[in-house]
Amino acid sequence: MSGCTRRCKMGIVKFARSIHRLVTGTLNKDKPEDELEMTVVCHRPEGLEQLEAQTNFTKRELQILYRGFKNECPSGLVNEETFKQIYAQFFPHGDASTYAHYLFNAFDSGQNGSVKFEDFVMALSILLRGSIREKLRWTFNLYDLNKDGYINKEEMTDIVRAIYDMMGKYTYPVLKDEAPRQHVDAFFQKMDKNKDGVVTLDEFIVSCQEDDNIMQSLQLFENVI
Amino acid sequence: MAAGVAAWLPFARAAAIGWMPVANCPMPIAPSDKSRRQDELIVLNVSGRRFQTWRTTLDRYPDTLLGSSEKEFFYNEETKEYFFDRDPDVFRSILNFYRTGKLHYPRYECISAYDEELAFFGIIPEIIGDCCYEEYKDRKRENAERLMDDNDQENGKEGNLPNLNFRETMWRAFENPHTSTMALVFYYVTGFFIAISVITNVVETVPCGIHLNQKDLPCGERYSVAFFCLDTACVMIFTVEYLLRLFAAPSRYRFIRSVMSIIDVVAIMPYYIGLVMTNNEDVSGAFVTLRVFRVFRIFKFSRHSQGLRILGYTLKSCASELGFLLFSLTMAIIIFATVMYYAEKGSSASKFTSIPASFWYTIVTMTTLGYGDMVPKTIAGKIFGSICSLSGVLVIALPVPVIVSNFSRIYHQNQRADKRRAQKVQKARLARIRVAKAGSSNAFLRSKRNGLLNEALELTGSGEEDQHLSKSTSVIESQHHHLLHCLEKTTNHEFVDEQVFEHNCLESGMKNYTSRSPSLDSSHGLTGTCCSRRSKKTTHLPNSSVPATRLRSMQELSAIHIQCGEQQALSTSRSSLNVQSDEALRLNCQSSQITTAIISIPTPPTASPEGSLPQPSSPSQPSAGVNIVKVSAL
Repeated sequence: MSGCTRRCKMGIVKFARSIHRLVTGTLNKDKPEDELEMTVVCHRPEGLEQLEAQTNFTKRELQILYRGFKNECPSGLVNEETFKQIYAQFFPHGDASTYAHYLFNAFDSGQNGSVKFEDFVMALSILLRGSIREKLRWTFNLYDLNKDGYINKEEMTDIVRAIYDMMGKYTYPVLKDEAPRQHVDAFFQKMDKNKDGVVTLDEFIVSCQEDDNIMQSLQLFENVI
Repeated sequence: MAAGVAAWLPFARAAAIGWMPVANCPMPIAPSDKSRRQDELIVLNVSGRRFQTWRTTLDRYPDTLLGSSEKEFFYNEETKEYFFDRDPDVFRSILNFYRTGKLHYPRYECISAYDEELAFFGIIPEIIGDCCYEEYKDRKRENAERLMDDNDQENGKEGNLPNLNFRETMWRAFENPHTSTMALVFYYVTGFFIAISVITNVVETVPCGIHLNQKDLPCGERYSVAFFCLDTACVMIFTVEYLLRLFAAPSRYRFIRSVMSIIDVVAIMPYYIGLVMTNNEDVSGAFVTLRVFRVFRIFKFSRHSQGLRILGYTLKSCASELGFLLFSLTMAIIIFATVMYYAEKGSSASKFTSIPASFWYTIVTMTTLGYGDMVPKTIAGKIFGSICSLSGVLVIALPVPVIVSNFSRIYHQNQRADKRRAQKVQKARLARIRVAKAGSSNAFLRSKRNGLLNEALELTGSGEEDQHLSKSTSVIESQHHHLLHCLEKTTNHEFVDEQVFEHNCLESGMKNYTSRSPSLDSSHGLTGTCCSRRSKKTTHLPNSSVPATRLRSMQELSAIHIQCGEQQALSTSRSSLNVQSDEALRLNCQSSQITTAIISIPTPPTASPEGSLPQPSSPSQPSAGVNIVKVSAL
């Protein structure tokens, strides 16, 4: 009963206050402060020397990278939506959002929903200037969606389907539904050495090193920057 | 491709390493950037004011002057800067476009000067950002109208164009009375008769002073013959005018549907209906009401008065505000009428007999008329009545200034630009931007064709084509296309155009129906999914055993269309964004020459999951080393 009385009293007080406001004609001052959300979060990366030490880039390259990064994301953070939009610009034919989502998770090492410049540059350093083992480990990390250390068929199918989605509808030959699955089967055929249905990091690295095509293509993007 | 994200292209290419273990075929070779300069500052000297920016900033938009090699024409060797003899103030917004990706239109700038600068630097105005686009379009429209006015005045001062036929002359005379004296005379005569007709209608009802049955007789009945003659004369003039306009109108259907012609018809119809109807007692009541419509003749004055037309247009454009006014008034009326009825229910001899009866009181009070024929007597009624009149003032005062400001804006704006014309422009603008954007996805297919055309020609040994075709794409474009190429290789599928895609569906339908070749497997699922309705067309094909070679050649012929005749389109270094719209449309909907450049993928059949790739057609193809691809092009 006391709770009810308290609620009634609070209601009456609120009503009286609103009448008072109506009569005195003062504007409601609370509203603007409520609406001012803290949307502006700025992030500044660590110093140039530190980044140079941690990555395999020179200072000039870091400068160029940061300028491009800051131009697109002045706040210093990329969230997933922006990331998807940027990535989708490169693939106008199809739908790049799923693959961008997986890429984002691979870049976002801290798993906090946003990519800082340091994450961006460290990943690029691995991809462009890292050793073969590091590149393959990064790729394994990309495929391992739940980060449990194993790639199973479902994860691989998701990834391959996401890659096929980027092609879009108008392809030659026509994209069929079994194509991703067949692709995944071929992949597992090659990679899964002990045929236990999952691919571990070591199996993955060993199988990739055996394949000349893959080795060659890993060197393909070395002169990107 | 939006060049603002050109900075992220290296990242996208690096991320492509994620596809490599999935792919089964070797990847194409990356384009080498031999002329890789370190990112340098370049100085742009615009009429003495120096702007500096990075070279890569300008390279973001390769279809413009500053982004392409055209700026080399302006390079000054001694001072090592690019000199432009243009307006430095406008150049500020142009350079900001490169920096931020958004083009803004400064309001203080003259519209034609701005347009000239944009044209000089090769930037299409359609990419002005949404924040400034409305302003830009308004100013441009005003400018265009002013130019049109000037032209009209000039034309008016010249003699009449000699080759207008009689009908067109008449129409012109009707629409612009000051073009000839005859038209002016006609204009004034019709105006005079409209006035006569209206005055006649009014005077008809004035009592004339003859006492008959102790009642004043209206003039209409006293001098009925005279009034009838006047009415007939007016209606005859109006009918002749209407028929002449109908004859002269360039589009009769549109004329009939226009508002002015409807007013004309409504003005003269009652007379004719009155002639036709007999003096029956039943219908004479209806006949009398028809005469009310004669008052619509006053609306014919709107042809003579521009202000009246503006008023009508304002009311039409403020329809939403008027609707809101009406709606809120209705709400308030119902509420207050109910309240007043119940408040006054107790008092004796109350005029508030029902809620609808209270409506009248509420309306009169809210509009602050206050006739006084219904007044509340109880205290509660008086309190609510005062609240009613206060709120009435508020409710009516709110939408009225909007209507007023609308009217003044339109009146001052020379109201010639319709909202309809603005919508057409908006559509055209969006269409143009869409075409330019679609150019980027087609650019890849086009460049694939270019690259393969060159390779094919090299293979066949004819080096007559210009070798510079292969260099026509910029570095960023070639890198982007390489990325898309890698994706194709990873998935073993290729990007094609929509038309070719549907064509292929048809082809696969034919394949499925006629061939039993083992190399063309897994196509039964195909017709079910994609073009099931198209496969019906193939039923007339003979179900004989078509030799596989003939089928393959049909497929190859249909799949490969290479444009040889568009050298000028290929050689332009400015593609995608800045292609003129008709050129872009021409590129997109081409259908002309077909030549065969049959090249097939020598992929090992075990590695590829798609078994439906055709076998190499000519065994004399050089193997290994040459990376040749099957082309499904525009």
